[in-house]
Amino acid sequence: MFRQRSDLPLTRDLTGHYLAWIVAVMVYLGMLALAVALVLADMAARWETGLVGSLTVQIAPMPETPGTTGAGTAAAPLAARTELALSLLRSTPGVERVTAISATRAAELLEPWLGGTLPADLPLPALIDVVLKRPVTVDVAELAVRLGGAVPGARVDDQAMWLADLRALARLVQLVAFAIVALVGSACVIAVIFSVRAGLAIHHPVVELLHIMGATDRYVARQFEVHVLGLALRGAVGGALLALLTLYAVGHAANGLRGAMLPTLSLPPAELLLLVVVPLVACLLAVMTTRWTVRHTLAAMP
Amino acid sequence: MIRFENIGLRYGSGPEILRDISFMLAPGSFHFLTGASGAGKSSLLRLIYLSLRPTRGSLTVFGQNIDDLSRDQLPALRRKIGVVFQNFRLLDHLSALDNVALPLRMAGLAEAQVQDHVSELLRWVGLGNHLDAKPPTLSGGQQQRVAIARSVINRPRLILADEPTGNVDDGIGMRLLYLFEELNKLGTTMIIATHNEGLVEQFRHPRLHLENGTLTVIPPAGGSEG
Repeated sequence: MFRQRSDLPLTRDLTGHYLAWIVAVMVYLGMLALAVALVLADMAARWETGLVGSLTVQIAPMPETPGTTGAGTAAAPLAARTELALSLLRSTPGVERVTAISATRAAELLEPWLGGTLPADLPLPALIDVVLKRPVTVDVAELAVRLGGAVPGARVDDQAMWLADLRALARLVQLVAFAIVALVGSACVIAVIFSVRAGLAIHHPVVELLHIMGATDRYVARQFEVHVLGLALRGAVGGALLALLTLYAVGHAANGLRGAMLPTLSLPPAELLLLVVVPLVACLLAVMTTRWTVRHTLAAMP
Repeated sequence: MIRFENIGLRYGSGPEILRDISFMLAPGSFHFLTGASGAGKSSLLRLIYLSLRPTRGSLTVFGQNIDDLSRDQLPALRRKIGVVFQNFRLLDHLSALDNVALPLRMAGLAEAQVQDHVSELLRWVGLGNHLDAKPPTLSGGQQQRVAIARSVINRPRLILADEPTGNVDDGIGMRLLYLFEELNKLGTTMIIATHNEGLVEQFRHPRLHLENGTLTVIPPAGGSEG
């Protein structure tokens, strides 16, 4: 396809040969950076879906006074205070579902930090998982005050609070990833400009001859564009294959982590397709940069 | 066709190498451009084939003042001019056929027509068996013929030849000039730059003579031009 006749002997230039390697490295780095950005966006979306509209209510264990009957007193048994909290939450408008987390499940959640067997007398708080109706209409701060007043030791953990911090962190890392993509693109543009300018300098006598014979700047630029597109395609395909291989290897290694705290690092097919856009954009960028560089340089000729 | 009015030319901040050049060439005329080496013959030709712009004065080519033309308008004018260089300036990586085809491809002619026209012309100049030969494999005379074929392939209205006989012996030089005369008879305006006074004297054409940066028009020896 790119072995077609060229008036300029560009295929003999050593300067151009490095361009394929440069594009390969740029595409590789660009795809990895974009993959990181996409994984983080995906992760943040999953956190959002999983945690927004849900609350956890903790009821702290307190010294009990035998014979105490009022559940609304601090001396009441933990089970009685939990029941009171459950009924209060169920009667709150805007609450979809209220589930008390069993002691066994709570022990399972603590297992990674405290080990397999917990002491029987370890005072554990009662946990209640609350799912709010969408869109969320419940005033969480007001609910926390009301619950705290009615049920001693009750505290509302609004996941949205720490989710906001996680989101901010994810957004920052995403911005860094996009900045890397932009930097890689800029470096690619600079490499193409230098390569094309070197080509124009080396072949100045031929370019001048073509002009004398009536070649337009567009005609000359086309010769460089076809040459650079051939090199960029070669580099882009190589870089893209290596990047996909790396992503597959990282995803495979991450899936193999036992009891991983990490969320899944794989990308859905639509986002994998988005990654493939990187080499295409690199080629397009290389061709457009070539056209601009040639025409800009030739404009200085008579 | 070509009009020079008080043209001056200098390279950068150097001295003026062409001074107050004024002359006019009629369509279909034949002129020799003479002068010692370094007299400015090549620079004058470069002005005509629009590879240089004068530093002062007014230059009109094919009825158009080049000061009024943008860069985008120059290629169309250049395609009306065929240039033969002393060192041929063939592209070594292209075949004889592709070298001669360059002006046609630039003009956007269909590839089938390009092949037909170029093959026919190369056969006419005696290179029918060398269509695919690369210039380094051809002799000096053969390269000269490829260069001439390239300059005439798109039927230019004006042919400029810069020392076309410089790299060939006098016999081939004479035959070359007869070929240019034939082209001139078909209506092509010719300017042949040479420092070979002996060769020029064998033809009855006016001379544009350059000396010390100024130009003198000398009528042909022995009366009217041939």
